[in-house]
Amino acid sequence: MLTLRCPYCGVDADETELAAGGEAHLKRHGPGSDDDQFHDYLFTRENPKGVHLERWRHVAGCGKWFHAARCTATLEVFGTYSAQVYEPPQDIKDAITAKRPGWSWREFS
Amino acid sequence: MSDPVSALNHVSYVGITRVEETGLQGMITLRGDLSSAALGKAVKAATGQDVPDVRRVAVDGDSGACWMSPDELLLLVPYAKVEAKLAELNEALKGEQALAVNVSDARAVFRISDGPTREVMAKLAPVDLSPGAFEPGEIRRTRLAQVAGAFWMEEDGAFRVICFRSTADYVFKLLSVAAQPGSEVGVF
Repeated sequence: MLTLRCPYCGVDADETELAAGGEAHLKRHGPGSDDDQFHDYLFTRENPKGVHLERWRHVAGCGKWFHAARCTATLEVFGTYSAQVYEPPQDIKDAITAKRPGWSWREFS
Repeated sequence: MSDPVSALNHVSYVGITRVEETGLQGMITLRGDLSSAALGKAVKAATGQDVPDVRRVAVDGDSGACWMSPDELLLLVPYAKVEAKLAELNEALKGEQALAVNVSDARAVFRISDGPTREVMAKLAPVDLSPGAFEPGEIRRTRLAQVAGAFWMEEDGAFRVICFRSTADYVFKLLSVAAQPGSEVGVF
């Protein structure tokens, strides 16, 4: 069972209290973008074995969205962080680097 | 005019603990900037309590303030005074980015008392309810089996549970089954 700490209410919420929101840090390509960009925005998703950044919602609790960094192979959670960011904060990157040196995920590493 | 009636009209069950629906409770959902001074003053005037910290609850009788999320409080007020309190709140919050709504009749409130109350709640919610991890003064919004609910503990070890009115019957049956005689687990 996956347990994530909600960064807003601070509880260790188990998976049954959360709703998965898919991949994190998607950049929206809307009007003015070309077809390839729009196609990638809609359909192209990371499916890594290892470090992954995701969106979650504490649906049965405070109802807020947040981000989580975890490992898809071991279910290890590196940390959770606010939804109001465009990239993982440095402490989350450091926590991942400590456990998975040389990791990369999309443009982050 | 007909009298207002709570969801299950004071139904109760006695097993290893007592489960009862407590009847009508005035409730106001307040959304806004919880750090705002004007909001703090309005909450104090309506409930006699300060704005609670994260996951904290301060209740005295049928008045109190519960933390619901980083921008939401649930204010408890006597049922008969709810409209008056709401009008006062709206007056005090004029010009603030805030919204107060009367949700009294959209909710049901239960009380679980007398016996291993922690155990009864622990059977239904994915929450660490061991002494030390969950104590009076803390509120937890979570799920009760399959529906949303919130609960806090009172000083005497009783729990107050709030759920939506539409799920009141389900929650009462859940609590009753969790409290049926012979179902003690004895972990706490």
